[in-house]
Amino acid sequence: MDIDWGWIGDHTGTLGDHALIHIRLALLPVLFGLLISLPAGLACRRWQWLYAPVLTVSNVLYAIPSLALFMLFIQYTGLSASTVMIPLTLYSLSVLIPNVVDGLGAVSEPVRQAATAMGFGTLRRLVQVELPIAVPVVIAGVRVAAVSSISLVAIGQLIGQGGLGYDIIRGSQLQFQTQILAASVLIVLLALATDAVLVIVQRLLTPWSRARRRAS
Amino acid sequence: MITFEGVTKRYPDGTVALDDVSLECPTGRITVFVGTSGGGKTTALRTINRMVEPTAGRVLIDGGDVRERRPAELRRGIGYVIQHAGLFPHRTIEDNIATVPYLLRWNKKKARAAAHELMERVGLDPSMARRYPFQLSGGQQQRVGVARALAADPPIMLMDEPFSAVDPVVRAELQDEFLRLQAELHKTIVFVTHDIDEAIKLGDRVAVFQTGGRLVQVDAPEDLLAHPADEFVAGFIGQNRGIRTLGFAETGGLRLSDDAVFAGSADAADAAGLDWVLVVDADRRPLGWARPADETGPLAEARLVPVGATFRAGADSVRVALDAAVLSPAGLAVGVDETGAVVGTAGGADLLAVPTHGLAGRAAADSAAAEPADTPERADAPVKGGAGD
Repeated sequence: MDIDWGWIGDHTGTLGDHALIHIRLALLPVLFGLLISLPAGLACRRWQWLYAPVLTVSNVLYAIPSLALFMLFIQYTGLSASTVMIPLTLYSLSVLIPNVVDGLGAVSEPVRQAATAMGFGTLRRLVQVELPIAVPVVIAGVRVAAVSSISLVAIGQLIGQGGLGYDIIRGSQLQFQTQILAASVLIVLLALATDAVLVIVQRLLTPWSRARRRAS
Repeated sequence: MITFEGVTKRYPDGTVALDDVSLECPTGRITVFVGTSGGGKTTALRTINRMVEPTAGRVLIDGGDVRERRPAELRRGIGYVIQHAGLFPHRTIEDNIATVPYLLRWNKKKARAAAHELMERVGLDPSMARRYPFQLSGGQQQRVGVARALAADPPIMLMDEPFSAVDPVVRAELQDEFLRLQAELHKTIVFVTHDIDEAIKLGDRVAVFQTGGRLVQVDAPEDLLAHPADEFVAGFIGQNRGIRTLGFAETGGLRLSDDAVFAGSADAADAAGLDWVLVVDADRRPLGWARPADETGPLAEARLVPVGATFRAGADSVRVALDAAVLSPAGLAVGVDETGAVVGTAGGADLLAVPTHGLAGRAAADSAAAEPADTPERADAPVKGGAGD
């Protein structure tokens, strides 16, 4: 296979633009997913009977092919970015909700009790004790959701939402392998870079957890 | 003072965790709740800071019903220490200790200064201030737990099996430091344990709870040992309670004999007739036990059996002295002063004649009250003693 380095050189600007659109389309759904998962996870901890049905629903959603979901949402949101981002948001829930629930479960009973006994109210305990302790597990979930979203979002080009998916589909229509390869490699690099950033964020947020790893 | 007035806790499933408990925990003293698991002692503790709300009865702090105060606010004024310390893993040691000061909106500088002072107070190296809890040993974590409970200087401390999860050596160390700390701070402390020895060591008063949340007996530890209220308490206190009672008897009033104490320069013949003599040097420090019958010449040159255990006259309990007597070849306990010089010796019978801290008197009063039939006989006793004198 011949790689047309000249084409890549001529198109760095376009590829860069596509990469930015791509990352935006991929990561906004993860952010929305997180915003939904936090209260959903809290509710599942509070009312334990809720967890099994919530988990089932989010897993069923994950099993629906993205194309089918696009077709469903086109009826409501048309050929817009929302039509791509809503399904991706729903997909992220199947990873994020369990991680929020497990993360909150990582707060040991003595810690919870000590916090209560020292005069933390429910909300303050949640914000200052439980959520911070849940951060490592939640971020582990965000890493999986982000990487899978970056890879999944390429299909958004099917409804004309651009990103690096455009280059893959365009390249296959023109049978121009350089374009396909360049876009694919960029997607992988974006995923790796996002993951690395999340690891750094976690280390900054949870110095106590990093120190734990080093010690063990 | 913390007062329980007919406190009952019944759960919806019918389980009774506390059954009509009334008791007082005096200000500035350590009250220990002890009992079998399921005895309701932890439940009782938690009614004080409203982590458990009683079904009936009330809990008062200095006369005020705890239910009149908002839980979070009430709790910030009550220190709380639990078994596994329950430190916040995401906060440094200094910030863990400063938890309640932060909740009370002290400024950060003042809160941390208080934390650092407390670290020294509970025997933690201030260089640990910026570490995280997992970097500390179990004993150190428990010290942080105590420091955290003390941070805002609350008048009351609740301690729920705080020393149960550490090994026995560290536990004894923590207990001793806890008593030393309490001697300085005079907090009103309620301390829960399942370990009767810990209860007796730490408690000014010991409250014994029985399965079903029934309070069986509240007494000073020495009274508890001497007069268990019923078979449950007697069984719970365990064997050797007589011997352990002697742990509260003081050797201060003991008359120590000088009869068997001889200087090294004395001749064996001077001690003829005695089975064993204690040979001491010019400063009266014990050199060892000798058998005069086997020796001739100065005792300093005799074959000496090492003295081994001694007791500090006036400072150690009769239990320690009795232990020394049992271990001595002569059957005599050697009492020494603070410099280590021999004060005198006492035999087992002398030691057992020591009145056990008011218990003898109480025993007589108790049985007089309980069994009137005994009264004439007891009333006679002093007369007989008087006739013998």
